[in-house]
Amino acid sequence: MRTVNFSSDHYKDAVFPSPFHSRQKQHNQLKEWTRWADYLSVPAYWCADMEYFSGRNACGVFDITPMVKHLVTGPDALPYLNRLMTRDVSKIKPGRVGYSVWCNEAGRVIDDGTIFHLREGVYRICSQEHQIDWFMTNMLGFDVEITEDTHDVAGLAVQGPTSCAILKDMGLEGIENLTPFGLTYFDFEGTELMVSRTGFTGDLGYELFIDPDYAEVLWDRLFAAGELRGIKAMGSEALDLLRIEAGFILAGVDFLPAMEAVRPTHTRSPFELGLGWLVSFDKGVFNGRQALLEEKEKGSRYNLVKLDIDGNKPAKDSFVYVKGGKKIAGTVTSAMWSPSAKASIALASLEAPLGQPGEEFEVEIYYQRELKWSRVMAPARVVKDVFWNPPRRRQTPPADF
Amino acid sequence: MTKKYDAIVIGAGHNGLTNGAYLAKAGLNTLMVEKNEHIGGATTSLPRYKDDWIYSNCSYVCSLLRPEVYRSLNLAKYGLQVVPYGGAVTIAENGDYIGSYVDPDKARREVARHSHRDADATARFDRDIMRQCRFIRQFLLRTPPDPTSFKPRDLLEMMYMGKEALKLGEDLIYDTMRFYTMSISDFLDEYFENPLVKASHSGSGIIGSALGVMSPGTAYILLHHAMGDVDGSMGAWGFARGGMGAISKAMYDCFTDYGGETLTGNGVDQIIVKNGRAVGVALENGDEHYADVIVSNMTLPRTFLECMDPKDLDPGFLKKVKNFKIRGSSGKINIALDGVPKFTALPENSELARGDMHLIDSTERLERAYDDWKDGIWSQDPYIDMLIPSLTDPTMTPPGKHFMSLFVQYVPPRIKGKDWTDQQVQQFADTVINQIEEYAPGFKDLILHMEVRTPRELENEVGLTEGNIFQGELTLDQLLFNRPIPGYAQYRGPVKGMYMCGSSTAPGGGVMSAPGANAAREILGDLNKTNTVPEGWLDD
Ligand SMILES: Cc1cc2nc3c(=O)[nH]c(=O)nc-3n(C[C@H](O)[C@H](O)[C@H](O)COP(=O)(O)OP(=O)(O)OC[C@H]3O[C@@H](n4cnc5c(N)ncnc54)[C@H](O)[C@@H]3O)c2cc1C
Repeated sequence: MRTVNFSSDHYKDAVFPSPFHSRQKQHNQLKEWTRWADYLSVPAYWCADMEYFSGRNACGVFDITPMVKHLVTGPDALPYLNRLMTRDVSKIKPGRVGYSVWCNEAGRVIDDGTIFHLREGVYRICSQEHQIDWFMTNMLGFDVEITEDTHDVAGLAVQGPTSCAILKDMGLEGIENLTPFGLTYFDFEGTELMVSRTGFTGDLGYELFIDPDYAEVLWDRLFAAGELRGIKAMGSEALDLLRIEAGFILAGVDFLPAMEAVRPTHTRSPFELGLGWLVSFDKGVFNGRQALLEEKEKGSRYNLVKLDIDGNKPAKDSFVYVKGGKKIAGTVTSAMWSPSAKASIALASLEAPLGQPGEEFEVEIYYQRELKWSRVMAPARVVKDVFWNPPRRRQTPPADF
Repeated sequence: MTKKYDAIVIGAGHNGLTNGAYLAKAGLNTLMVEKNEHIGGATTSLPRYKDDWIYSNCSYVCSLLRPEVYRSLNLAKYGLQVVPYGGAVTIAENGDYIGSYVDPDKARREVARHSHRDADATARFDRDIMRQCRFIRQFLLRTPPDPTSFKPRDLLEMMYMGKEALKLGEDLIYDTMRFYTMSISDFLDEYFENPLVKASHSGSGIIGSALGVMSPGTAYILLHHAMGDVDGSMGAWGFARGGMGAISKAMYDCFTDYGGETLTGNGVDQIIVKNGRAVGVALENGDEHYADVIVSNMTLPRTFLECMDPKDLDPGFLKKVKNFKIRGSSGKINIALDGVPKFTALPENSELARGDMHLIDSTERLERAYDDWKDGIWSQDPYIDMLIPSLTDPTMTPPGKHFMSLFVQYVPPRIKGKDWTDQQVQQFADTVINQIEEYAPGFKDLILHMEVRTPRELENEVGLTEGNIFQGELTLDQLLFNRPIPGYAQYRGPVKGMYMCGSSTAPGGGVMSAPGANAAREILGDLNKTNTVPEGWLDD
């Protein structure tokens, strides 16, 4: 499947195999598939909790092909992106990657994603949602070209402490010198393999991008190289656990993308998602600047916080109360028992000004033991640091784990 | 001595039936008077070809029917079942088509096949439509406020409307004004670039309207078609199992169970007014029936210009009634088919054929169809909303045979100012059939029987003035507190004891039951009776 000219036969299937499908199938003991946009995706290959540990203990491999990808080129690519994005894109030098959000004129987040500065003036933007209409709407007055190339690039996230060693063994010479948020190219079986030191797990990890025709050989060589270093295919359930521990937010889960919002008040600004560090007021005009300046002055409506919750029960879909249990402070957006932090952790959206670091709340948790439901009000406090942030994430070259 | 009733409802259309059911539920001794032998008005399933072959003679799909009414009148218990159908397809003359699939990713890819950008824009378009619909829906089961009144109730209602609008942000208020005043064609231009994509959305802006896609006001009509739902899935449409008559039948059974009485086959000739108060009805056969409350389910002009003595009414009021825009623009052809027609453009057994099918390429082509209507003839290249309900509903035809429903824009109430002749009615049908034959060769050979209805038939048989399917044009000047006419939006007529409950009243046409329910609430309030009409379900 390629981006343009979908054949008129596309309707015969609602969902398509990813370029890695034949290999995913070999690993998928559970034979369960879910959908991620146009593609079949694996929720868990053999056991989500075990797969999680491959990501934290050795190396987990996750297919990121379905991620929406856009290519931005042309003389005005940088000023254009600076207009579109809240952060200062000029700080993302060629060969570097930056996380960013983009807003509508009301300063509400449309989506978040990563900007890959592939080559001087050539950018790739990866996001959860389709964006071409919005990106093109913003082209006015800029000499840029934008194409969506989601289906023309296959991608794998290779995450975990042994990931660098495995890539080295696969023949990616010098990969150990790649610093966090750096990207580089390799010649691979006669095609170009792009590798970035990025990921959604908050750990040492890389993302690999390649022509879909080379997807299978990439997978094969990767798994051959990783055999002795604990490489495992990893499904979306494990990835979700990894990203919550790393404090990463997910569109459609921790915030509502503004373009889809039937109820505009349910959307969030970058400040309300704890992403104020991504807003650069001194770079000139950008979408949402005025509204965000006003918000900065008047204060935000919400705070997205990290909660450390007493006890051992995951606080899924919970309400968060002000101490005393009478007044609702907000709701949990993502929650889990964290095996690495050994704590019940959650991301929660609280009504500002509630949610300052150290502030204490009570979380209402419903849980079940052998079909019997119970409810507990668990004390919780707002923490500043992410739950999982190992030094190896930043170390260059990474240790040979 | 004839029996005196608490209430008489004139017309057993679905709104009359809804109204009667709530009145009877409240314990009123209620009589329903219907001119036809059958009930249902524009909501019927009558066999016209063979006994085991039913058509949805007028209305053919269901979405607007208020779920609160469905539930509180126990329509499920009375056998009503609404089955959603998926999808739609617009087929272009060059053999290309654009399908609207139920599956979201399929749907997006299909638009992307025509324009990558429009595929994304569809999400934005749907969102904006949904925002407006959410806003309107909460007012459907509320009586419009009178903006000139200082009665606490009107002031409170105005404030409520304002508050609800503000809740949704200032953008929505701007958007709302635009929705109510723009043309569907301009509106679509703001979102899409591909002509076929635009064409695929444009039809719902002109269904039942005597306006063209380029006429201001048509954007709202699209909303009117999108604000319904099937089981909470907003914008979805479904078939009433057994045809649309299943809806009126369930309402009728409910009405009867609550003790309501019905007289069919005799229309009301005159509403009897004594001392400035409506007191009864005189039927065509001379019978008279009396009641404290007289409710008209008929169109506004039919009620006041045909069934009332002008001397009982204020001339200023009558003038407003005469000015009410109720121009016919639609025709309906019901066909018994020997099999499923094959559309050259569509893949074999395409799921798209189960939904609405349209044969149109561009908004311009649709506008030209309108030009013919202005010229006083039916569109030579008409816009057809085509469905084969029997692909979904097994109860309508024998197995393997089919019922095809063709809703046609534009069809004028008169041809060049003169009444339709039978020959012209046949010619109109030929125009439509020939168009379909071009897209589906062999189609004609499948036709076993046809029921052809131009505005002439719609007026004569159903009582829809000029054949306007909504009992009055759905434009801003005739909506909200201006429907049907300023000062009379709260379902009360100009003489005491008289009420209106048809689609001419707010919130307007479609098989919705809201006018009938709202009118019942007003009547029961005036009589100090317990209200039996449910409140709208709020969605927060
Ligand atoms: C061809 C066509 C297709 C349509 N398609 C759809 C659709 O698919 N979906 C949808 O939601 N809506 C559709 N509509 C609109 C919808 O059907 C109508 O808006 C709705 O049914 C009107 O209902 P009502 O009860 O207000 O009035 P009506 O159905 O018009 O009922 C009025 C009743 O009053 C009776 N009457 C008239 N004069 C007298 C008299 N003097 N004495 C006694 N009785 C009298 C009539 O016979 C009739 O039964 C369509 C309409 C038409 C005509």
